This record gives sequence, structure tokens and C-alpha cells, in this order.
Amino acid sequence: MTMAALHFHNVTLGYDRHPAVHHLSGEVARGALVAVIGPNGAGKSTLLRGIVGILKPLDGSIHLGGLDSRDVAYLPQSAEIDRSFPISVFDFVGTGLWRGTGLFGGIGKAAREKILRAIASVGLNGFENRPIGTLSGGQMQRVLFARVVLQDASLIVLDEPFNAIDSKTTADLLALVKQWHGEGRTVLAALHDMEMVRNHFSQTLVLARGPVAWGPTAEVLTPENLLVAMRMCEAFDDSAAACAADDVSSRAA
Amino acid sequence: MLYDALIGPFTEFEFMRRALAAVIALSLAGAPIGVFLMLRRMSLVGDAMAHAILPGAAVGFLLSGLNLFAMTAGGLIAGFAVAILAGVVARSTGLKEDASLATFYLASLALGVTIVSIKGTNIDLLHVLFGNILAMDDQTLLVVAFNATVTLLVLAVIYRPLVIESVDPLFLRTVSRAGGPAHLAFLALVVINLVNGFQALGTLLAVGLMILPAGIARFWSRDLTAMICIAVVAAAASGYAGLVLSFQTRVPSGPAIILVATVIYIVSVLFGRVGGVVRQLFPGRHLEA
Repeated sequence: MTMAALHFHNVTLGYDRHPAVHHLSGEVARGALVAVIGPNGAGKSTLLRGIVGILKPLDGSIHLGGLDSRDVAYLPQSAEIDRSFPISVFDFVGTGLWRGTGLFGGIGKAAREKILRAIASVGLNGFENRPIGTLSGGQMQRVLFARVVLQDASLIVLDEPFNAIDSKTTADLLALVKQWHGEGRTVLAALHDMEMVRNHFSQTLVLARGPVAWGPTAEVLTPENLLVAMRMCEAFDDSAAACAADDVSSRAA
Repeated sequence: MLYDALIGPFTEFEFMRRALAAVIALSLAGAPIGVFLMLRRMSLVGDAMAHAILPGAAVGFLLSGLNLFAMTAGGLIAGFAVAILAGVVARSTGLKEDASLATFYLASLALGVTIVSIKGTNIDLLHVLFGNILAMDDQTLLVVAFNATVTLLVLAVIYRPLVIESVDPLFLRTVSRAGGPAHLAFLALVVINLVNGFQALGTLLAVGLMILPAGIARFWSRDLTAMICIAVVAAAASGYAGLVLSFQTRVPSGPAIILVATVIYIVSVLFGRVGGVVRQLFPGRHLEA
């Protein structure tokens, strides 16, 4: 069964008319585990923002294969989280249940146990009542993963989830990612660690504003492609002309 | 003796009872709003909004004299206009909310002062600026109580998105569209409570009964629910003590209430359990784990 979870139709995403992701087409199969790689400024975060609907495409469209935007869980790169806000780990992770509870839904016994299980699944037992402001960077990342667990989404989008995270935490969280993959969820992750991509991710999209290569990791992750990606990351040009290109560079993953 | 000083004024005089009821209503609704203003780093936004109300109240005053209904209605309209315009500008452009609000409230304040000085006397101006909780009639008290009730009901409705939007706005945007409406509703509540406080404390001090108790609460708890409760108690206590102080001395009631709150605030800064100065200077020996 190769129903696509995500379709990109000649998508251009950007800010203030300047494209950060340029003419991307293709699709992500349901249940795929996809790494998005590329140099800084290649448009990885922009693409992920477009997928979760925070950023509207300048051109083209992104289809979520029949999914509601609530079926998407998004873990942003530098989450705009106000860590000084007085909220406990338990309550914070519990916000992941929003889809079920909405504005008023109560948090019953079953929901409380779900939250506790999610916290346990990231190895933070005993932290339930700690304010989030007292956590270390790695612990906070675990908390964010716990919330993703609770969101129970069929499409999970992770933006550089292992940045500045030690190897133990990375290993624990990577195990969770693989578990999600095993459960048939579609996972997209922007990554920088090529070794990790090679060993754990079956599909890779090399992005450098436009797509450089997209397909099975072993075929795509070549020194040539990475070099091309490095070169293609040209600077943002204030006086760039309006884009007339209609060349659709598409690859199905 | 003590009874005469602390309880006597309220059993003896109806205007003191009304003032006490008003200040308790203001505390119940205003203090939770103040806690959110503080946690969302919008304390000064509340202050700005208080000035923004002025032209509306002044127009009401211009049209029908010292009629509190007219002034309240005018204040609400002006406050909502500024809050919504600022919110919409902030959300549809890159401009931060504080910057857009600063523009609107300055314009509003200038307009308000202009209007008051066209017709008003100095006494009117004093009333507008500092309020008079002791001159409150039954109808005004009902308006204050009604506004407080509405505030608590709306706050209950938007509580969850408001909390999530305060701590992780990006997350709320990915799961729900409630963030924007909740934010606007919250700004509306700020305006309602400022107008409410305006009757008792005037435009300049109305925000005091919201922000000072919130600041006090921050020094005593790390838990949101507890903070809200502490803020309400601190506000009501300041209100009561301020009224007594005002009754026994010649200090005007509005400033007396805010001065008492300030004293509690200073004590909290010094001796507060969470981040108080004394705690930081003498933290005790470090723990084992």
C-alpha cells in the first residue's frame, strides 16, 4: 500500500516573496521515515513549517493526504516556549491531548494515566510536578517528545530534534522515533548528523532551496549531492526578479 | 477600640460597605487578569490600555457630565477600539504588540486630555484621573459586580488556550485556531477591568489593583493556580486596608489602596519565598541533590 501521506505540488515557500524552498514537487509515502538534510539556510525549517501549516505557500500547494491538520504533530527547532511560565511537566505534556479535550474536555483518570505513560516513555518518571523552568535542555527536549507521543499523530514533523542534545538522550529519543515508524506513522525529521541519517532513516531529501536529490538514503546521500547542496545555497537577493521558472523537478519517494 | 478602627467604619457607614464590596469585586476579577498580564510580559500593556480608555470616558463625560454609565460605555468603546486595532496590527504585520499599542495609546491619551480640557474643570479632571470609590452609588456597584462576573466567566472559557498560548504559542497554532480569539478576548477582559477599576481608582491607578497583586503573588508561588489565589487575596486585603487607612486618615481612597498594595509588594520582594531578596542573600547551605 503506497498511499501518500504528503503531496508537494510545485511548492514555493518563503518570506516576503523571497523563496526559501523553491519549486518542490513530490510525495512522501504513508509510514515513511524521511530525513531532510541540507546546509543551514537550505529551507529545511521553512519546508516543515509549510507542512504543518504555520507558513502559507507563496506558490503551489501541499496536501496532507486526507489528514486534518490536527493529525500532524510538530516539534519546532527553537520552540518559542516561555520556560519561565509556571506550568508543571505534567500539565505541559498534557497539552498534547488537545485534540481530544479541546477547550473544555476534562482530564479524567484514563487521560492522567496516558500522560504519566508518555512522561515515562521519555524516561522522566518523577519529574511530573517539576516546573518546566527547572529542566535542563535535554530534559526539555524529552518533555517535548512526550507531548508528541501524546498527540498520537499520524504525521510527525521534527525540526532538528537532536541539536545540542547529548548522546544518551539522542539514543533514547531516536528509539522513540523508530518506534513511531514501527507503528506506521509518517515521520519527517530535519537533521544534520549524516551518520545518523545513513544508519536510521530509509528515505532522504537533500534540500538546498530547491530539491537536490530525493529517494532511498543509500542512493541519495553521496558526496556529490552534498557538494551540490552546499554550492546551491546562494544568498538572498533583495533585487531578485519575479520568478518565471516553471520547471518541475520532481521525484517520488 | 480595635473593632472601632477596623470594622466600625463598615457597620456604621453605607458608603464604606459599598466601597468594600466594590473593591472585593475588583479584586476577584482584576487580580487573575493581572497575573496573566504579568506572565505574558504585558504589565505595561495594561498601563497603556488604561490611558487608552481616557478619550472614550472623556467623550461620555462631555456628553452627559459625571454620568458613570456614559463614561463606562465610552471607556469600553475606546479601550476595545485600541486593543483590537493594536492586536490586529500586531497579528497581521511583523510589528510587535507593544510597539503597535504604544502608537495607539499615545494617540488616544492625547485625544482624551484634549477632550477633557475643552469642557472639564480641575475637579472633573481629578475625578477622571484618580476616581472616587467612596462616592459609589448602588447602580455603579452593580455595574462593577456585573463586569467582574462576566470577567470570571469569560476567563473560565478561555483559560486553557490562554495558558497554552502564554507558554507555547507555536504549539497552539498547530493544534487549534483558538489562540487568536482567546488573545483578543483576553485584551477585551483587560479593558473591561480597567474601566471597572476606573470608577474606583481612576485612569491612572486602575491598573494598580491588577498588576501589584500579580507581582506580589510571583514572590510566593511557582504554581499558576496558587498565584491567582494569592493575587486575589492580596488585592482584596489591600483594598480593605486601604479603605480603613483612608477612613482614619485624610489619604484619598484610591492612592491609599495602591499604597497598601505597594507596602505588601515591598515586603514580598524582601521576604518572598520564591526569589525574595532575603532568600537570595541567605539561601542556606546548598542541598545534596
